[in-house]
Amino acid sequence: MIQHLTSLPVLLPMLAGVILLMPPCGKNVAIRRIASVVLGLITSCVSIALLLQVQQHGTAVYAIGDWSAPFGIVLVADPLSTLLVSLTSILCTVCALYACAGDDENGSFFHPLLHFLLLGVNGAFLTGDAFNLFVFFEVLLIASYSLLMHGGDKRNTRAALQYVIMNLVGSAIFLIALGVLYGVLGTLNMADMAQKVTFLEGDDVYLAKIGGLLLLVVFALKGALLPLHLWLPNTYATAMPVVAALFAIMTKVGVYSMMRVYTLIFGDEAGELSHMAQNWLWWLALATIVMGAIGVLASQDLRKLVANLVIVSVGTLVALVAVQTVEASAAAIYYLVHSTMVTAALFILADLIGKQRGKVADRITVGRPVTQPVLLGFGFVIAAVAAIGMPPLSGFIAKIWLLKATFNSEYGVVFWPLYLLASLALLVGISKAGSTVFWHHKGNTNDSHEQERVHPAQLAALIVLLSSAPLMAIFAGPASEYALNAATVLHDFRGTTSAILEGGQ
Amino acid sequence: MELLYASCVGLLVACGVFLILRSRTFPVVLGLTMLSYAVNLFLFSSGRLSLNQAAVLGYSTDYADPLPQALVLTAIVIGFAMTAFVVILAIRGRADLGNDHVNGQVPEKDKKGKA
Repeated sequence: MIQHLTSLPVLLPMLAGVILLMPPCGKNVAIRRIASVVLGLITSCVSIALLLQVQQHGTAVYAIGDWSAPFGIVLVADPLSTLLVSLTSILCTVCALYACAGDDENGSFFHPLLHFLLLGVNGAFLTGDAFNLFVFFEVLLIASYSLLMHGGDKRNTRAALQYVIMNLVGSAIFLIALGVLYGVLGTLNMADMAQKVTFLEGDDVYLAKIGGLLLLVVFALKGALLPLHLWLPNTYATAMPVVAALFAIMTKVGVYSMMRVYTLIFGDEAGELSHMAQNWLWWLALATIVMGAIGVLASQDLRKLVANLVIVSVGTLVALVAVQTVEASAAAIYYLVHSTMVTAALFILADLIGKQRGKVADRITVGRPVTQPVLLGFGFVIAAVAAIGMPPLSGFIAKIWLLKATFNSEYGVVFWPLYLLASLALLVGISKAGSTVFWHHKGNTNDSHEQERVHPAQLAALIVLLSSAPLMAIFAGPASEYALNAATVLHDFRGTTSAILEGGQ
Repeated sequence: MELLYASCVGLLVACGVFLILRSRTFPVVLGLTMLSYAVNLFLFSSGRLSLNQAAVLGYSTDYADPLPQALVLTAIVIGFAMTAFVVILAIRGRADLGNDHVNGQVPEKDKKGKA
């Protein structure tokens, strides 16, 4: 049983999705909601159990159908992938809980789609096979298309249409890249690819380079890296906020794939091809941070603002991936967890604030005051402090760490001034938004029609997401130790390849 | 054979890209379909082109690589589902937005042309 644990974070959400479509859950709303949250909790518990097991016994490799490594498909549970699987499962459970307050009734099949999305994301994190990665990308994309359309209006249809077309082109490029790489390397297992890249000669080197850089285009599209980031603000701002909160993890799938491909396959050992994408990643990441910061300053409503924060966080992460040292990767892992939770919390807060302000909704302008200023105000301050990276919350620790990681290299000269200026822009943008929304108002709260108050389920979800910021600051010691360990395993070329190619039981 | 095959894939990709860059949804969907055909052919050729070779071990001395065939099969199934989805989405876009432009609005130039 214990060796099958690795496959459970992929299998459980699939079962959950099917169960939620079946009669008792399909018909009765109350049962469906309870079942969705409980199944999400089970997946989270299993993911955390897997994380603890990997921490004790080291990387676990699961050969699907007992076909051993280079021939069959393997699932690889190392500290990084299990951390992200646990993060995704918890985020999905929280979003399911939040949607129970009524958002899931805007359209059909919210809960099954949520679990299918979880299946795709978990699979993408765990798989050790490049083609299987493509398949899980498609699984998570088709779920995300439907979630995006959930309870939508006109603007939503337009954003969804553009998002779907962009991603279909992305899938085509992904397949071309895989075809090129398979033609040159003769394998699609990532560890095996990493070993074969070392021995390439002559023209094959250039072909592999083309394949690798085409993959970069795909991951940049998924991760919203400049210049392929244009779909993100519109898509996230028109989706239902709870869906946008859930999508906080989706850009991270692109970043995670970059980490895997450009540190394992095209990393230190890749001979002529080692670090081939580094320059591209570095400058594009810096440009992404600048664009995101400008976007934050220019945003007219809270959801667009948070969408631009997502772009800044992607830029930061990719810059750290480009540095390709163990410490930078560790900082990236810590920052990834922090930014996912905080942006999800901010999307949810934007929704709650918007609902309580009547007609002006979440636009950053003078309007009716919110009904519960203390609760939402405190929530906003915590999330904002964490997102900007001010002490004492997790954002500050993440910022210090990533600045330290770039200090002793030639990267620091460019990165420090740029990142600190971007932080200043974030500070100005978010505090302007916060002060306008909470302090500049006209009219009074006791307006004609009923005010919506925060539902207990929404409050619980918000508390879980927000508590991550202080918790990650209080337990910064163990958390950073874990991140460092995960980064060491990620950069350990020999350990990873031999574990995958010889392990798999 | 290689030349014919390669130019066929190239032509399909060129047509696909051209159609995807159009402003209305129908040509875009056609373009996506063409691109996915080209991709399937390309994936198939990544196992090298060969004639009269079985993809099963033991049936002939030279055998074709079976893996690209499995990959193409997966890619066809996924591509088919995605095309169906984008067609439905395009129809819904036509109904919701009142026109069939990817941007959701008719450019000024076209409006004048009709009037």
